[in-house]
This record gives sequence, C-alpha cells and structure tokens, in this order.
Amino acid sequence: MNLEVRHLTKRFGGVAAIDDVTLDFPSGSLSAVIGPNGAGKSTFFNLISGALLPDGGQILVDGEEITGRSQAAIVRRGLGRAFQVAQFFPTLTVRENLMAAVAAHRGQWGDLARRFPPPGARTRADEIAAMLGLTESVDRVAATLSHGDQKLLDIALALALEPKILLLDEPTAGMGPEERARMIDRVQHVWAEQKLTLVFIEHDMEIVFRIAERVAVLCYGRLLAAGTPAAIRADPAVIAAYLGTEAPKP
Amino acid sequence: MNGFWRDSGVALAALVLLLGAPLAFSSPAFEDFIIRLSALALFATSLNLLVGGSGMISFGHGLFYGFGAYAFALLMQRTTLSLASAVLLTLFLAALVALLVGAVCIRLKTIYFAFVTLAIQMLFYSVIISWVSLTGGDQGLQGGIPRRVIAGIDINQQGHLYQFCAVLLVAGLFAMRHITASPFGMTLRMIRDNEARAAFLGIPLWRPKLAIFVLAGVFAALGGILASLFVSGAYPEFADWPFSGQAIFAVMLGGIDSFLGPLAGSAILLALNDIFTRLTEYHGLVQGVVILLFALGLRRGVLDFLRVLPGRGEVASR
Ligand SMILES: Nc1ncnc2c1ncn2[C@@H]1O[C@H](COP(=O)(O)OP(=O)(O)OP(=O)(O)O)[C@@H](O)[C@H]1O
Ligand SMILES: [Mg+2]
Repeated sequence: MNLEVRHLTKRFGGVAAIDDVTLDFPSGSLSAVIGPNGAGKSTFFNLISGALLPDGGQILVDGEEITGRSQAAIVRRGLGRAFQVAQFFPTLTVRENLMAAVAAHRGQWGDLARRFPPPGARTRADEIAAMLGLTESVDRVAATLSHGDQKLLDIALALALEPKILLLDEPTAGMGPEERARMIDRVQHVWAEQKLTLVFIEHDMEIVFRIAERVAVLCYGRLLAAGTPAAIRADPAVIAAYLGTEAPKP
Repeated sequence: MNGFWRDSGVALAALVLLLGAPLAFSSPAFEDFIIRLSALALFATSLNLLVGGSGMISFGHGLFYGFGAYAFALLMQRTTLSLASAVLLTLFLAALVALLVGAVCIRLKTIYFAFVTLAIQMLFYSVIISWVSLTGGDQGLQGGIPRRVIAGIDINQQGHLYQFCAVLLVAGLFAMRHITASPFGMTLRMIRDNEARAAFLGIPLWRPKLAIFVLAGVFAALGGILASLFVSGAYPEFADWPFSGQAIFAVMLGGIDSFLGPLAGSAILLALNDIFTRLTEYHGLVQGVVILLFALGLRRGVLDFLRVLPGRGEVASR
C-alpha cells in the first residue's frame, strides 16, 4: 500500500514539531527517516498512526484520506507500528502476547463464547514468533526478555495485524552491534517476505545507507531533503545541517 | 476448551460438596457462614474483574452491591413478582445503572476513575439516607422479604436459603471465571498491561472497559441480593464506602492475580471477623493488624503467594 502525507503540521505550544511535511512512501518501498534528536521523527509516526491529531495537512493510504481517524480504524486500514520504547504486555508470555494480538486482529477481542486462545491463534502466533526468531522465548514472560527480544516482540505484535504498512521507530535503539545486525537482518527479511511498505527511524547512518531505498531527513520539524541514499549523502544542506563532520565515507 | 470442562468439573464438585454438607452434618453456624460468604465473595470477585482483571481501580463498587440489595428487597416488598423475576429484574436494573455510571467514568485515568466512582457511590448512599419513605433511611429497609414459595423453595427457611446461596455463589463464580478465561478476558488483561499497545492492536478501548464495568456491576448486585435475603431487608451500610473497603481487603488478602483469591480473601476476612468479634471489642484493630501483616509479610495475597510458578516468577499472573 502507498502511504502519503501532504503539508502535515503539528505544533506543541508554539513550537512546530512537524512543519509542513510532504512525503510519499511508494507501495513496497523500504524507507528511512533520519534526523537529530528532537527533530520530530516520533511525532511524525504518532501523527500517521493516529496517536496524535495533526494541526494541518493530510495523511493518505492508497489515496484514501485517513486523517483524524481513530487508532483502531487506522489499524484496520492496514497500518501497524512498533515503538521507540518497546510496547508489549509484560505479564503475558511471548506466545500469549502474540495470540492476543492475533485474536484482536481477527476481531475476536470481545469474544465471550469460548476460552482463550481461539482456534488457530496458537499456530499463527508461533509462525510470527518464528519469523522474528523468538521461537525459543515463546513461553517466557515478556517482562523477563532481553531488551533486544522486547523490541522484536513489539514488532511481532505489529506483524500479527498483517499490516500492509509498517512503521518502526528506532528498531535498533539501545542495542549492541551484534543485536543490531540481527535486528536489521530480521527487518529486511520481514519486509521482503511480507511485501510491506516499511518506514523506519534510525540513527545509525551506516545501517540507513546500506538498507534503505529512500531516505527522508527531518530537522526541527522541517523536511530537509528526501531521496535515494546516494542523493542524500551528496546533499549539501544535509551535510551542513545534520551529517556534518561525521559524514559517512562514500 | 479444556479449561472449560476442568472449571465445570470444579464447579460441580464444589456444588455437590456444599449441597451435601448439611446432610453429613447439621451446623447452622456453617450455613450462616456460607450464606454471608456467598454475598461477600461475589462482591469481591466482581470487584477483582475490574481491579486485577482490567487494571481499573474502582473505589465505588459498593454502589452496585447496595443497589442490588435495595432494588431486590423493594421489588419483593412492593410488587408480586416471583423470586426469580425479582432477581433478574434487579440484575437488569443494575446493568442499566452500571451503563450510566460507566459511561461517565470509563474514560477517566486511574486516580480520577477511582475517585469519581467513589463520589457516585457516596451520592447514592446519601439518597438512601435521605429518601426515608422509600428506603427507611438510616434505619434500613424494614419489613422483611415476603415469602414466596416456588417449586418448593422457601427462601425464609435457613436451609433453603443456604442452598439458594450456594447455587448462586458457584454459578456466579463460574460465570466470572468464564469471562476472565475468554478472549474478552484476555483483552482486558492487555488493557491492564498496556493500554497504548492494546489501542494499536485495533482495540477500541472504551468498549471492553464499559462492558466489564457493567458485568462487574451485575455480579456485585447479585451479591447484594444475597445479602438482602440474609438480613431480610437492606441497610445503607451496604452502599457505604467502608463496605467497598472490605471487598478491597478481601481482594488484597486473597490474591489479586488468582481467580479464587477474592473468594479465599472473603473467607479469611469473615472468619477473622467472627473470631475476633467474640474475643475482643477491638476486633477492628486486630483485623487491621492482621491485614498489615499479610500485606507486609507476604507482599501479595495468599493464593498469589502459594502460586508463584517457576518461570513466571514475580510477574506471575493468572
Ligand atoms: N506529546 C508531546 N507534547 C509536547 N511536546 C512534545 C510531545 N511529543 C514530542 N514533543 C516535542 O516535540 C519535539 C519532537 O519530538 P520527537 O519525539 O518527535 O523527536 P524525535 O525526532 O523522535 O527525537 P529522538 O531522536 O530523541 O527520538 C521535541 O521537542 C519534543 O519535546
Ligand atoms: Mg523519537
């Protein structure tokens, strides 16, 4: 599915956290959003996913406007997301987390006629766990997982919704180099396998320029540049404002 | 569906034991205890549907218990409805009241939710106190529950009341158990654990929250009906906040994360009450100390303490 934002604007008090941003994420593309701390990246995702209401502008999925709809409605439209700080259900096991998400996706969240889990949920949950390499942890209580596995679980919950568009807010945040590589590997794998429109926020430039097809640069809420990694790397505005002295080697 | 048959088996066994007990030994004190326990346990378990099951801390749950007692007693006194019809109509009215109260409270965050529910309960309490012509005011609703024998059941006879309460206790607990073990019950646990995540899984939060608020209100009203039968009337204390506090004690004492925790807590609380009321006039103080010891010593309810499963560790929940 295609995701598009037009003239998107969000102000907190007087400060514009997102300022007139227009961007297009073609169906099936893998895009990165980069920018310094406080640039408005997470706010951008919060607006698209309906967690925040924009002050102006439009959000469109396959040309259909979803601006102002509830989070639940946006989820039903095919958009899933994972969070900068992993969000999951800490007292449930990994499998219970995923079975619950599967039940929710199937519209069975209000089902009183049977016991949990509903038929088929367990098989599906284990499939999703396998997709992200969580198979060995399925019986563990989520609160006891390593930080990296919690980030994977957050993404797994989003995938239980069988989204067509997936937003990942800093999937590698707080990880060591090894975990980071594993995470990126998984993300790329899932993207290719599920033919998703995937947008991720990332601080590690090496990762961004290696895997992203397109890159958007935010700075103080404004869209500084957008294009292929090569074009972004060469963009003087980006180098001046953001990549600065630590511009990656070509 | 394994769990369903296991729970059915447990419920059936409990029912056989309770109904068979008077045949094995005749003890009015035991029957009396079970009757009072059925009222408190239904109330406390229904409260835990909110507190433990959904993370919604209500301080005003006694509203529905009191409402159940008064509505049922008044229906029995002032209409010619049969016992069963009066029970069902009371539960239906309680559901309506819970729907109204829930519509006001459900969107409020934790502490506001707690205090607004409490405020509404206090409002209800003062209506009972001041509407003397209907409720008897602070004297309580006098005049007894008129006897209406149906199918050989005479509720004014202790033996029959005991059977009636035993059946409703087991049936009520079984129904609540089914709710917590259903996909809907899991949805409530998701909301308890992480509302934001639940919302992003496409769950419209207010619907399950309002639904469980209404269901909990109905089961609390069922407890109130049994209490009304026990005292042959209704007292404003049923709808007063210290009584809601008793239910919270029962939940904490028995275990918030175990389905039968509130039942166990209610039994402990009633037993403590009975023992210390006989031994000392400071039973309130003794009760407080015991609860403190439990809270500080075990750091959780009795059943939760006994049920720390390997692997689930500190965050065990079921
Ligand atoms: N709910 C909010 N209320 C008020 N201000 C907010 C809110 N959310 C974000 N902000 C502000 O908006 C700006 C952008 O925040 P945002 O979290 O989107 O940045 P970010 O690019 O994700 O940063 P980081 O890389 O640190 O995650 C910051 O100045 C932040 O303080
Ligand atoms: Mg951020």
